Amino acid sequence: MDDIFGIPAPLLFGQLLLGLINGAFYALLSLGLAVIFGMLNVINFAHGAQFMMGAFVAWMLLEYAGLNYWWALILAPLLVGLFGVLLERTMIARLYKLDHLYGLLLTFGLGLIIEGIFRNQYGSSGLPYRIPPQLSGAWDLGFMFMPIYRGWVVIVAAVMCLATWLVIEKTKIGSYLRASTENAALVQAFGINVPRLMTLTYGAGVALAAFAGVLAAPIYSVNPQMGSNLIIIVFAVVVIGGMGSILGSVITGFGLGIIEGLTKVFYPEASSTVIFVVMAIVLLARPAGLFGRA
Amino acid sequence: MSRIDRRTLLGATAGATALSAWPGRRARAQAANTIKIGVMNDQSGPYRDIGGPNGVTMAQIAAQEFGNSRGFNVEVVGADHQNRPDVGVNIARQWYDQGVDMILDVPTSSVGLAVNSVAREKNKVYINVGAATADLTGPQCSPNTAHWVYDTYMLAKSTGGAMVRAGGDSWFFITADYAFGHALERDTSNFVRASGGRVAGSVRYPFPATTDFSSFLLQAQASRAKVIGFANAGADTVNSIKQAAEFGITRRGTKLAALLMFIADVHALGLETAQGLVMTESFYWDLNDSMRNFSRRVQPRLANRAMPNMLTAGNYSATLHYLKAVADIGIAAAKGPGVEVMNRMKAIPVEDEAFGRGSLRQDGRMMIPSYLFEVKAPSESRGPWDYLKLLQTTAADEAFRPLGEGGCPFVRT
Repeated sequence: MDDIFGIPAPLLFGQLLLGLINGAFYALLSLGLAVIFGMLNVINFAHGAQFMMGAFVAWMLLEYAGLNYWWALILAPLLVGLFGVLLERTMIARLYKLDHLYGLLLTFGLGLIIEGIFRNQYGSSGLPYRIPPQLSGAWDLGFMFMPIYRGWVVIVAAVMCLATWLVIEKTKIGSYLRASTENAALVQAFGINVPRLMTLTYGAGVALAAFAGVLAAPIYSVNPQMGSNLIIIVFAVVVIGGMGSILGSVITGFGLGIIEGLTKVFYPEASSTVIFVVMAIVLLARPAGLFGRA
Repeated sequence: MSRIDRRTLLGATAGATALSAWPGRRARAQAANTIKIGVMNDQSGPYRDIGGPNGVTMAQIAAQEFGNSRGFNVEVVGADHQNRPDVGVNIARQWYDQGVDMILDVPTSSVGLAVNSVAREKNKVYINVGAATADLTGPQCSPNTAHWVYDTYMLAKSTGGAMVRAGGDSWFFITADYAFGHALERDTSNFVRASGGRVAGSVRYPFPATTDFSSFLLQAQASRAKVIGFANAGADTVNSIKQAAEFGITRRGTKLAALLMFIADVHALGLETAQGLVMTESFYWDLNDSMRNFSRRVQPRLANRAMPNMLTAGNYSATLHYLKAVADIGIAAAKGPGVEVMNRMKAIPVEDEAFGRGSLRQDGRMMIPSYLFEVKAPSESRGPWDYLKLLQTTAADEAFRPLGEGGCPFVRT
């Protein structure tokens, strides 16, 4: 068997693949954050709680309404996105003209409240959610046993990232969005309803988080703190990629997933720290992030 | 900005003084006649469901049942240590300084050990229920501390021993990188080696920041060990087992050993995924008539109508036993040196509805039997919380580490 740096090659390939899968979650979550920050200038600290809500809504749909995973994949982002719209209309919209810090504090508080409500209602140890029968089972790749569901996650996440990028960069509505972040007053003068555009953008960003939550439900324990475990890493991803850069957050998400995966083989104790080491180095060399505009 | 004039200021000060002085004096008069118990645990994180608010409630139930008719009152307060040793130490100092007589529960071994030194320094009573590390009655034992329902040695001997006997003679550990994980891995490795097995390797992952275990599971599989031992707890264990099933680890014949699992974890995994796992506890609500009666009695008062588990039942049992000792030596003595109270607790037998009879050993170890369970298949379960069947009972004097082997400095054997 061939060894690479003392690690058997098959094991290393397996780890690379796993890193890519985790990267898919990072990419999907940081994408939502980047969209919201890029367009609204709000640092959405409630993103983790909204991710968690996606998973919980999926569980509720199954438990109370008998709607399976496939329904949840469509309905949960819609419902949680709607909740996001409500938050934006009633609270977040009032902060656009203020310093970033206010939006950060508000969404951080909202995140804590949402998490607390779910914790009181459902406890902290989690709820069972099974992999849909169509996607259960695994492929034997020779060097590893690859669960079909994880493959599905990577593909769906990649498609979703691409679609979001296309919508923002290549469509008319995307151009309105980009224009209104540059100069909202001018865009409004052309007869475009900018506040509504902002509301929908926030809703879409939240829906992306909820979508990732539904994807995560079958593989992670569905519990109230599932989002807060991920969100710090995802913020690091956004900062490394460059705040507000959509392409940057996607590429960095996948890239850092791989770096983290490799750390888990060579020095597992550092696997939760390595991303922040990368962040520190990137910020020293390029303060605006890898893909950010200074 | 409005200015506060002298008259308002004077009025406010006088009012505040009157308000604060009156209940203050009453509180001081009461404090001399009130035993205050502080339940410190995880109220907001991954270990909330195995103790948390229900752990506080169970101590309250014990205090109420003991009755306020013994010549003193009992007050129970709760706090969240957030699984952080620094937070735990601060709360413990504050509590002991402000008249808390006994600190109870304190899961998460790193916090449990930190509070242990505070109790000793202040010479107060400390009953640990929630933390697993056997060091609490070993090298770090203290004459002020009792360790109530379980420890890493007992888990390792019962679950680890059973796995080795069933042919699992080579092990790979996936370990939470803090005091608890290290102690559990160490104690289990000792049992594996003592019974002729071998440890093929281990990974230590950062706690509590890890949610994906697939990478570690693949490393474990690559080691070709027959058993993967999870030296972790709570949501980590749930995630590990869920992902092991996903990656088909068990289908290739590798066995999983969840070295610390609670009934809440089985509830979270669902029987479909958890069936067949073996686990060790010192309490199960459906084990015998006494535990059944006890559990049915307290369940309506617990959040989410959870069944009591070994930790929440342990809080009940420990509170009751402590109050018995207090009544025995009198309130004035109970407010004095903690060592005296603890010595009385060791002198009188432990007996309650939850655990039956037990005894508190010289090193602070509570001696009760341990039970090895297997998680039922979905077809065997009659409904929610009907999850476990008994495989084996280990008698109290066999279940825990022998007194002489712990390395506890103040124990004379």
